[in-house]
This record gives sequence, structure tokens and C-alpha cells, in this order.
Amino acid sequence: MSTKFLIDNAKLIELSINENAEEIEKLDQEIGDGDHIFNVQRGIKLVIDLEPTIKDLPMSKALNTIAMKVLSGIGGSSGALFGTLFMTLAKGKNIDSGVDFNKSVEIFYDAVQAVKMRGKADIGEKTMMDVLIPVANTLKELNQKEESMETILNKVIEVAREGMLSTKELIATKGRASFLGERAKGHIDPGARSSQIMITTVCESVINS
Amino acid sequence: MKKFMNNADDFLNESLQGFKMAHSDIVNVHFDPSFITRSSKTKEGKVALISGGGSGHEPMHGGLVGFGMLDAACPGYVFSAPTPDQMVAASEAVDSGAGVLFIVKNYSGDIMNFEMGAEMLTGKSATVLTNDDVAVEDSSFTTGRRGVAATVLVEKIVGSLAETGASLKECKTLGDKVNKNSGTMGVAFSSCTVPAAGKPTFDLGLDEIEFGVGIHGEPGRRREKIKSSKEITDEMLEAIMEDLKPDNNGELLLFVNGMGGTPLLELYLIFDNAMKYIESKNLKVSKSLVGNYCTSLEMQGASITLTKLDGEIVKHWDSPVNTAAMRWGM
Repeated sequence: MSTKFLIDNAKLIELSINENAEEIEKLDQEIGDGDHIFNVQRGIKLVIDLEPTIKDLPMSKALNTIAMKVLSGIGGSSGALFGTLFMTLAKGKNIDSGVDFNKSVEIFYDAVQAVKMRGKADIGEKTMMDVLIPVANTLKELNQKEESMETILNKVIEVAREGMLSTKELIATKGRASFLGERAKGHIDPGARSSQIMITTVCESVINS
Repeated sequence: MKKFMNNADDFLNESLQGFKMAHSDIVNVHFDPSFITRSSKTKEGKVALISGGGSGHEPMHGGLVGFGMLDAACPGYVFSAPTPDQMVAASEAVDSGAGVLFIVKNYSGDIMNFEMGAEMLTGKSATVLTNDDVAVEDSSFTTGRRGVAATVLVEKIVGSLAETGASLKECKTLGDKVNKNSGTMGVAFSSCTVPAAGKPTFDLGLDEIEFGVGIHGEPGRRREKIKSSKEITDEMLEAIMEDLKPDNNGELLLFVNGMGGTPLLELYLIFDNAMKYIESKNLKVSKSLVGNYCTSLEMQGASITLTKLDGEIVKHWDSPVNTAAMRWGM
């Protein structure tokens, strides 16, 4: 993985998020307050704009620059959660001497644990964690079993989709939708949907490269 | 969407610029990152009160910066929590060494961002979390009740205590008490439109009201047909009383808050209806506040807050205050 990988994938994510922007906005208007898609779009644009700043930086500095930009530029829950994700990735051991697939799995797993702590949310609470936690667990488990990268990433795409869909029948206990009680049932969580799109985009781009 | 707006990206900054120029005797507005401070420095030994949240609730919180209330406010984008760098910059600007008390409304985004801000600070800090909205069921497993209009009262009352040189711990204790003594219920008659979204956050039929609405237009307890003001007011107060359980003959503060699109004429009508209900329950309203303080952009609607009073709260409610939105005794 290189800083070029980060920017290239941010550009791909921008495309896939924009394709699904209306759907995400609608989901958020049903059970949130409608700002999630704008926060996500703003955040991705901020990351892409960092290209000249980070392209020659070591991985840890590049990730930390992204973290600070996301944290200060997005706001809301998304800023804090994605900021925490990148901040933890940046702290990954020895990442400046190269990040292979094993290393990526390891630092992503740790970053998801940090996001879980920041948001104080677990699986089953109708949030983005219903996608991120199963994805991190699947990555770690299958990688330990030494499955091929392609098998693992295809499974991750599947798990992310299942996690996203599982939020539909959940009652939210965390986040803005928690104020709705039973009324949030029957709606997919917008944060779970946007996270699933991002994960799927990155997995597909790695598989196809 | 019809809004006074040039473009969505500059919406907040242009408004902050205007606020800065209009109230330069009371506040100063800083940019990159944005935060509002008093025009004068924090007195040495005085705890600094900082609040903040998404914009769209004006005058909360920027309009509540000034003598007797906040030392600084951090405005986020419309309905989005402010970011940790704003809290850090604001703290560095107003902490006189006595510490910083953050007043945070119980919303996940606000909590996370204030938490990260506090972690990045070198000085000491504490947080008062407001959660006065009785429309939401509370439970230790959920995000819990929302922090809404009573946040204004907390800022006034703790702001007064802080001016006396009270410690960070004393300020937090009083803030927690005022929050615990308060209950709020809101009703919306219309939705509101986030500038970047360009269309209303939710659809409400011409003859429908959302009972228990939050301050971002997020749905509440139930949707129903509009009724008389008396019926709506009674239902709001019933919900608050059930939660707050004020003592017989106890004294209360009654705060009728407009959501932004309801005229004062109607807010005073609600006040009249509420007084009649409260008197019928053998309770006494000895302090009052009516106006648009904790708004949801242009939403039509109102919230009612009741706060159980004691000598300490009354003293700090009556004390002088000089902010853009609240001024008395000066």
C-alpha cells in the first residue's frame, strides 16, 4: 500500500458514493436529520484535495494528515469516527517501512476497535459498526487461516452487505436514530450503507488491480 | 427552498461575520477554526464555560456568549457537531488557568467531538451533559434523552456561578443539578430545511404536528392531527410533569421556547395556557422566559421547559447577564 493507493481509492469511493448519494440522503431523512451524505461527500473531497500534500509523505504522516483533515473538516459523528479510524491507522507499527496485505489487515482491525470505543457502539445497535466490526473480524479470521487475498476480499464484500442489510430490522440504541425507538425499524442505517459502499469499493479495486 | 443565502458553502461564515460586526461590543468571532469568544479576556481564576453544537439553533450558543454566561462557543456546520480543533482553539483562548467547563447537548456527534477536544487539552476540564428532552425514553443502553432548550438555562445559571470565582467542580455540580431539575417537550408544526440539503428534513401534512420533535427536525413520539393550543400545551406539560414530578407548592421556572418560525404572539399564548395548567396542579411559576432561544432554523413549533427551582438556582437566574441574545440587570 502506498499514499497513491489512498488517493486512488478515495477517488473511486467518491464516484461510488456520488452514485448512491440520493439513496443515502433519503435513508438519513427517514431516521436521522439528512446531513450524513453531505458530511461524507465533504470528507472525501477534503481527502482527495490532500493529494499534493501527502503524496511524498511517509505512510504514518500521510494517514495522520488525512485524520486531522477529516476530523476538522467534516464535523458531526462521521468526522469523529472516521478521524479516529485514520488516526489509529497512522499509529500502526512500522507502517513507514511498507504495508502489505497482512499489515493492512492488522492495522485496519485495530482502527475499527478504536472507532468502536469512540462511538461506544457495538454490533446490533443500527450504526456503521454493524458493517465495520464484521468486516474487521472476517479480515482477521480468514487472514489467519491463510486464505487467498481474493477469497478474503470477496467474503468481506459479502459480510459488509449482510451487515448493512441487518440494520434494517434493528431498533437503534446509538446515534440519532435511537431517538425514534420502534419507528426506526424497517429502515437501513445511512452510516452502515455509506460504510458498506466504501468497503466494497476498496475491496473491488484491490481485487481488480 | 427560499433562504437568504448566496451559496451553501459560505452560508455559515457569512452569518458569523455578520454576528461579529453586529455585536462587536460583546463578542469576537475567530475563524479557521471558528469559535466565538467574549470581546474581553477571561478574568484570572474564573472557570471558562464553553459550549457548542451544530449551527441552526441560534441564538444558542454564540448569542449566549458574554458576561454572566458563556466564555466561548464553537459553531459546527448546520446541524453538525463542531470539531475538536475548534474546542481546543477556544479553550486555549479563554482558559485563565481555572479550567474549562464544557456544556454539551446529549447527541452522539457532539459528545464524541467534545470528548476528543478535551483529550487534546493540556489544562483541566469537565463536562456537563444536558439531556432534558422528556420525549425520548431513557435507558443506560441507548444514547438516551436529547439535550435541548434547558441547555440555555444551564448556561445562564452556571455562567452566573462561574463569575463569582467558583471552582470547576462547583460549576459542574450546579450544571448537573439544573439539568436534572429540568424537563422539556417540543412540538413541530412544520419541518425545516438544511441549506446544504435544499429540501425539508421531513414532510408534515398541513394539518399534522410532530409531538416530541427534536431540535433538528428529527421525529419525536408521534405524529397527530393539530388540536387547540390548550390541548397541545396540556399534553406537553403532562409529559414533563410525569418525568419531573415537581413537589406540591414547589416553585418552577417556565420557559416557552420558539423553534424559529412561530411568532412571539403565539409563544405568549402558550405561556398563558401553560400557566393555567400549572396553577391547576397547585404549582407556582416564579421565573419565566419566553422567546426564540433554542431554534431549529425556520421550523414552526415550540418547546416548553420546566425547571424546579431552589434558592441557589434563583439567585443565579436573576443575576446580571450581558450577551447578544439575553441581557438583564446590567
